[in-house]
Amino acid sequence: MARIVVDPVTRIEGHLRIEAVVENGVITDAYSAGTMVRGLEKVLIGRDPRDAWAITERVCGVCTTVHALASVRAVEDALGISVPPTAEIIRNIMAATQYVQDHVIHFYHLHALDWVDIVNALKADPKKAAELAQSLSKWDKNTPGYFSDVQDKIKAFAASGLGIFANGYWGHSAYKLPPEVNLIAVAHYLDALEWQKEIVKIHAVFGGKNPHPNYLVGGVPCSINVNEVAAINGERLNLVSRLIAQADEFVNQVYIPDLLAVAGFYKDWAAYGGGLKNYLSYGDFPTKGYNQPESFKFPRGVVLNRDLSHVYPVNAKDTQEIKEYIAHSWYDYEGGNSQGAHPSVGETKINYTGPQPPFETLAGYEKYSFLKTPRWKDNAMEVGPLARVVVGLASGSTDMKELVNMVLGKLNVPVTAVFSTLGRTAARGIDAALTMAWLKEFNGDLIARVKTNEVSTFNSEKWDPKNWPQECEGVGLSEAPRGSLAHWIKIKDGKIDNYQLVVPTTWNGSPRDAKQQRSAFEESLIGTPIDKLDQPVEILRTVHSFDPCLACAVHLYDPQGRHLHQISFE
Amino acid sequence: MGKTVWQSMQEKGYSRRQFLQFCGVAATTIGLRKSGVAQVVSAFEKKEKPAVIWLHFQECTGCSESFIRASHPIVADALLDVVNVNYQETLMAPSGLQAEKSLADTMRDQKGKYILVVEGAVPTKDNGVYCMIRGKTAESILKEVAADAAAVVAWGACASFGGVQAAKPNPTGAHPISKLINKPVINVPGCPPIGDVMMAVISHVVVLGQIPELDSLGRPKEFYGRRVHDTCYRRPNYDAGLFVESFDDENAKKGYCLYKVGCRGPVTYNACSVTMWNEGTSSPVKSGHPCIGCSEPGFWDNGPFYQHLASFPGFGIEHTADTIGTAVGLTTLAGVAAHAVVTNIRKKAVIAEVHAEDMKES
Repeated sequence: MARIVVDPVTRIEGHLRIEAVVENGVITDAYSAGTMVRGLEKVLIGRDPRDAWAITERVCGVCTTVHALASVRAVEDALGISVPPTAEIIRNIMAATQYVQDHVIHFYHLHALDWVDIVNALKADPKKAAELAQSLSKWDKNTPGYFSDVQDKIKAFAASGLGIFANGYWGHSAYKLPPEVNLIAVAHYLDALEWQKEIVKIHAVFGGKNPHPNYLVGGVPCSINVNEVAAINGERLNLVSRLIAQADEFVNQVYIPDLLAVAGFYKDWAAYGGGLKNYLSYGDFPTKGYNQPESFKFPRGVVLNRDLSHVYPVNAKDTQEIKEYIAHSWYDYEGGNSQGAHPSVGETKINYTGPQPPFETLAGYEKYSFLKTPRWKDNAMEVGPLARVVVGLASGSTDMKELVNMVLGKLNVPVTAVFSTLGRTAARGIDAALTMAWLKEFNGDLIARVKTNEVSTFNSEKWDPKNWPQECEGVGLSEAPRGSLAHWIKIKDGKIDNYQLVVPTTWNGSPRDAKQQRSAFEESLIGTPIDKLDQPVEILRTVHSFDPCLACAVHLYDPQGRHLHQISFE
Repeated sequence: MGKTVWQSMQEKGYSRRQFLQFCGVAATTIGLRKSGVAQVVSAFEKKEKPAVIWLHFQECTGCSESFIRASHPIVADALLDVVNVNYQETLMAPSGLQAEKSLADTMRDQKGKYILVVEGAVPTKDNGVYCMIRGKTAESILKEVAADAAAVVAWGACASFGGVQAAKPNPTGAHPISKLINKPVINVPGCPPIGDVMMAVISHVVVLGQIPELDSLGRPKEFYGRRVHDTCYRRPNYDAGLFVESFDDENAKKGYCLYKVGCRGPVTYNACSVTMWNEGTSSPVKSGHPCIGCSEPGFWDNGPFYQHLASFPGFGIEHTADTIGTAVGLTTLAGVAAHAVVTNIRKKAVIAEVHAEDMKES
């Protein structure tokens, strides 16, 4: 038996540590620990609720904007504000932009290096790579000369020490792509890096900047006036349309073909990383207002035990549905540590009880993470693209079904392949293809409204705190690219009285609950074979398939906790 | 000695002409005049590609994301050609043990020569347990890596001034890095800073081999020397007394000044109005939201954000801005006045004169 400690887990946002127990070459147990806390829920107390979006947006600069959206929805829910339809469309455009950009970045820059061997790309024949790439798509950069140039660039880069690519697991037997596919992926890694800064200009148009575009309780901050140079006018709308067309080409001619090409060589990963069998989606992209979830593009619901014949409704206000546990988290609850608390009455009393740093292992400590453990009706849930696909299929979404069938057909794998590391990564592609199509649709809706001059972007009725009730509370739900996100707010005398966030990675990456049930990261690692204990690329594949939003690393320790560069076996 | 930038570009098949063009762009980026290009050419010809260690502490990765939004040079060129970013948790290939090796190798092989950039604040309360990597505290890692760094750059509001986690009541005792190490720190604040500004600061250090001129808060003057307000394209509206009174009102639709809905532009030093965001696409103020002052120390506690600045105590100069605006609005010389004034103090005097003369004439 050996214990593998991965800290820092890189190519994620934040600080994440994975400790895994390996027996006979297979992971038999795993611990996921968030090792950083900032206490933002405490920072929010006593502030103006209209400022909350700006503070909570700083929870994450990778999936930037999604917290702002959940926050303004929570405040609007508490105060009974409805947002003008045009503002809702602009919010949808911004959220869909976030999906497309985030998923592409995740695939190429955070996940691909788990599957793509950069150094092996040097062995490729650029001509063959071009032929292959041209057979997959009509992206005009797929030429022998281009791939040759990229290869030269990487060759020179390798000679100067490889920088961010140094000390990767290059040459590991787990890498299965032919050199030409590696070269195509490396070239598109660089193209995606160049492209990702383009699409976010849509956020700059409507929200002034990216990362961290601006939001507004009651609408959006930008005004539309086609006869004014200093407002959203024809030039701004044209810019957005061009960026959307460019994104459409990148997603459909580069990302999706690459995803399918790479996945075709890793079909064995349809057998690993399935994890939990329960899936939660709050749904998102309202088409008739946020208060009508039945109009959402992504449906809301829960699927239990992979049973697609039944979708359970979700009510974030029902105090019996969503609860957060702290049995293994570094917090205290006033009423004791074994109970769960609905976020509307949640507490944030940090109490670190782990080992004093520097330490080598968290094993053996009852509490091992700064993440709390959320549960839906006491079930551990997976959230994210795969959950949206599963809930979508179970809800009868035809869009979703068509795309899933297309992917399954191209890869020639059975429907059960969906429940795996491979399935999760493919689901992200499906998510991106859908949101890309919706982005075009929302942009069309916006232009149609501008034509008929229905351009109100702000509801000012409840802006003045004098018009607020003395006490009220609300919840704002959204589907972030990484999964279900919710903010609960309590407002008293015009100030924030309590604020709790339950984020996608809290669902997926949390420690065990009071009943010792594992959460998604931990459960998904069980049963995964590890080829080389000191190069656990397999752990990264599954953990990265969730697109974690916190930061970590990997070391090796033996069961007694001694730091090991060699692995001991029992 | 490692390869110079020019040598590595030659190897990649770049012509001398392309190299000189690149130097020209780099020189412009860091704000040099044409005569300064030679200096850049010489630097790139002689200087070894420097190693960069980029540490993440209490942060949201927004600064890394902003950095990769830079457009000149594009980030792929920066990462592959200009500097060796050997440790950067968001983008680096290795994790765990192998990531630790990248850090240790760079600290050993480039001792005294590497540039340390830090994203995020450092918690100090309770022995620093609120941010731990590899079982070590952020504070201990910072001190260890900073000891042998040639230059230290604080990326963003968190590393520069503590940021959002240091806002009241600062639950984890978050500190800016300059408070914890005994070295000069280049603060590049903003939440996040503009990507092109980050790239330009790195260029300044790498290309010129020197620390840019800093203000009293450690910020490069080339980007933080002017107030958002002084370079704002809505400024003539301020001077003319034309204000947005409520979001999306008729005045907002005409692009009037956002001062009355809470704009912090008059007390914020940043390049947003000039450099703009995302390759010059827009800025918060341009798109209709007031500046929240994110490049100023403690800006999270200078709120609430939508409260009119003049209603806060301590902003005496600004207190009369409304009346100034109104007075100027009455005159036909508003545009002239707007161009004539540099600071509010000077402006008040000028406006008074103009106004007096105007009254005399009428």
